[in-house]
Amino acid sequence: MQQSMDFPGGRVALTSKMKFIFESSEQRIPCYRVLDDDGYPISSSGFEQVSREIAVKMYSGMVTLRNMDTIFYEAQRQGRISFYVTSFGEEAIGVASAAALSPDDIVLPQYREPGVLLWRGFTLQEFAHQCFGNKADYGKGRQMPIHYGSNKHNYFTISSPIATQLPQAVGVAYSLKMDKKDACVVTYMGDGSTSEGDFHASLNFAAVMEAPVVFICRNNGWAISTPVSEQFRSDGVVVKGQAYGIRSIRIDGNDALAVYTAIRVAREMAISEQRPILVEALTYRVGHHSTSDDSTKYRPIEEIEHWKTAQNPLARFRKWVQRNGWWSDEDESELHENVRKQLLHAIQVAEKTEKPQLSDMFTDVYDQVPSNLSEQERLLRETIKKHPQDYPSDVPI
Amino acid sequence: MLSLICLIISGGHPRGFLANKAYVFGEDVGFGGVFRCTTGLVDRFGKRRVFNTPLCEQGIVGFGIGLAAMGNRAIAEIQFADYIFPAFDQIVNEAAKFRYRSGNQFNCGGLTIRAPYGAVGHGGHYHSQSPEAFFCHVPGIKVVIPRSPRQAKGLLLSCIRDPNPVVFFEPKWLYRLAVEEVPEHDYMLPLSEAEVIREGSDITLVGWGAQLSIMEQASFEAEKDGISCELIDLRTLIPWDKEIVEASVKKTGRLLITHEAPVTAGFGAEISASIVERCFLRIEYPCNGPQCDITRNIFHLSTMHAQTTRNSNR
Ligand SMILES: Cc1ncc(C[n+]2csc(CCOP(=O)(O)OP(=O)(O)O)c2C)c(N)n1
Repeated sequence: MQQSMDFPGGRVALTSKMKFIFESSEQRIPCYRVLDDDGYPISSSGFEQVSREIAVKMYSGMVTLRNMDTIFYEAQRQGRISFYVTSFGEEAIGVASAAALSPDDIVLPQYREPGVLLWRGFTLQEFAHQCFGNKADYGKGRQMPIHYGSNKHNYFTISSPIATQLPQAVGVAYSLKMDKKDACVVTYMGDGSTSEGDFHASLNFAAVMEAPVVFICRNNGWAISTPVSEQFRSDGVVVKGQAYGIRSIRIDGNDALAVYTAIRVAREMAISEQRPILVEALTYRVGHHSTSDDSTKYRPIEEIEHWKTAQNPLARFRKWVQRNGWWSDEDESELHENVRKQLLHAIQVAEKTEKPQLSDMFTDVYDQVPSNLSEQERLLRETIKKHPQDYPSDVPI
Repeated sequence: MLSLICLIISGGHPRGFLANKAYVFGEDVGFGGVFRCTTGLVDRFGKRRVFNTPLCEQGIVGFGIGLAAMGNRAIAEIQFADYIFPAFDQIVNEAAKFRYRSGNQFNCGGLTIRAPYGAVGHGGHYHSQSPEAFFCHVPGIKVVIPRSPRQAKGLLLSCIRDPNPVVFFEPKWLYRLAVEEVPEHDYMLPLSEAEVIREGSDITLVGWGAQLSIMEQASFEAEKDGISCELIDLRTLIPWDKEIVEASVKKTGRLLITHEAPVTAGFGAEISASIVERCFLRIEYPCNGPQCDITRNIFHLSTMHAQTTRNSNR
């Protein structure tokens, strides 16, 4: 019998055995880990050496993020901001992946990655301004809280529709490729996002276009109340890469050193080999989906507690940093106190800052305000003049 | 003499323009596209600037947004306007809002989405639609439809250079039928400016794209009955040129709008509503009740096309 044959797309072996490919492999794809539960490095893990400075910055970033989440969440409960989303339990992914990148790498986020921005130097005050939607918010108060974006930090503005950033990331990466830049694109998504068409479109495009883009999926087990078992029947997300011809890895998303090491390598391959990489970081969404959600309605409190305590990414990384002699209990309490002070101050300032002015409603729809929008603005101003009591008094007209 | 196809090859991208951060891509674009609109481009500009994409409209537009956000001119082709809907979310929620939601920190103004639209007589359900009204409901994008090859070249060049995302619908009826001299040189026609292409005093006719030639024939017919028609090509549907239509209706007192698209919530309804508001005292026919026919196609489309096709075959 003929051994193989050329088909469009390449040479394929021929077989007389009729065999269906199984829907899953016998063993699930293992998860790359560097630090064990007690924060001891696993000797064979070949992890990237991290300097004291970087390690401390990573740990401080995670602690800062947790404090920011706690305080902004509280501010929402007090009615001072309208909405909030925490990163509880997933701090290592944002912060450690950002640490592994260069500032020139372009980030297209979902919404649970403020750790990246924080790492890049977006200040607590800048976070607060956005959440309060005041005139210092770069987005001019047009989006809900947590929809950050910062051009100077190469961090595209977040948009609410799930997964739309993914095919865009491929376009951005193709531009970097054509301009021969020593940089890649990193785009983030949740497990739920991988069910969207845009996810599949983007993986396929990235592979075909040989685009230097690293896809990082935070598989935190939940998409609002939908568990991964009701999201997909594959072995998670990592296996989807191969079907598209994309090199992929599964990592422990609660292990800052594993995230850091894997993203360093992924970035290097993406740029030097001009190819996409898919990273599935396993983790757990310890917080509610958002301030509009109560997750105890659909999952056991013990499960949340387990991930909050036994699998806490901050605690694990701290053990390692502290064991290296780079961190002390005093450093810890000083940091907490410092950050909390800064946050309270940031909130006060943001709260007192004026709201964006009325004309900001009509600008930036196009590069210039077209006549139909000017007309609408004029009509709105006339109406406000006639019925001032029906319009917010804190918006400068 | 050039067809619209040749025009898009020769006019849409003069030498140097593509070399300067411009990309042309879409399904089957590499070999020239199913309408042969991009023939020869790969040879001139290379496979990395002019290329096929996977068969996935949301991917094409999403990819184009990313390219454009990096300061490139992304010229994306959707093979038929009938197939633009998988990309609807990327156009409506992403491209249109990119600048606004970021407070002008980011924009994808370099994006132009080209799509052949409209009936040719044998396209059936899924190769004939005129989906422009869906996009006219979306602030943040522009919608442009040319009526002729000469117009197409000037308008397309304006769209590509406009700092806002544009959806450019090409009447595919014109790919085959319309021929006229298209200037070789680089020229642009203004967006958001309608054009009075025939002056008249009794009634204002407004349309866009392939409808214009039909309306022109109608105005010849009407002239035989002593009715003088003023014919306006809207050219840009959003943001559209109300002033020109208003001025004309103030003069004629009557307005008739035609489009190939379904009448209910069609863009004709929008024009009619705006003009009634602006010209209320001048309109001689009340635009309500049974007389409110101003947005209905004046002719049954397929009959009209059949007729024009017959004429041109003669
Ligand atoms: C297209 C779209 N559909 C639905 C929603 C509403 N929604 C917001 S977040 C979310 C769940 C996303 O889950 P996942 O991607 O796993 O991210 P996670 O919240 O777990 O970080 C949904 C359904 C949306 N924003 N966009």
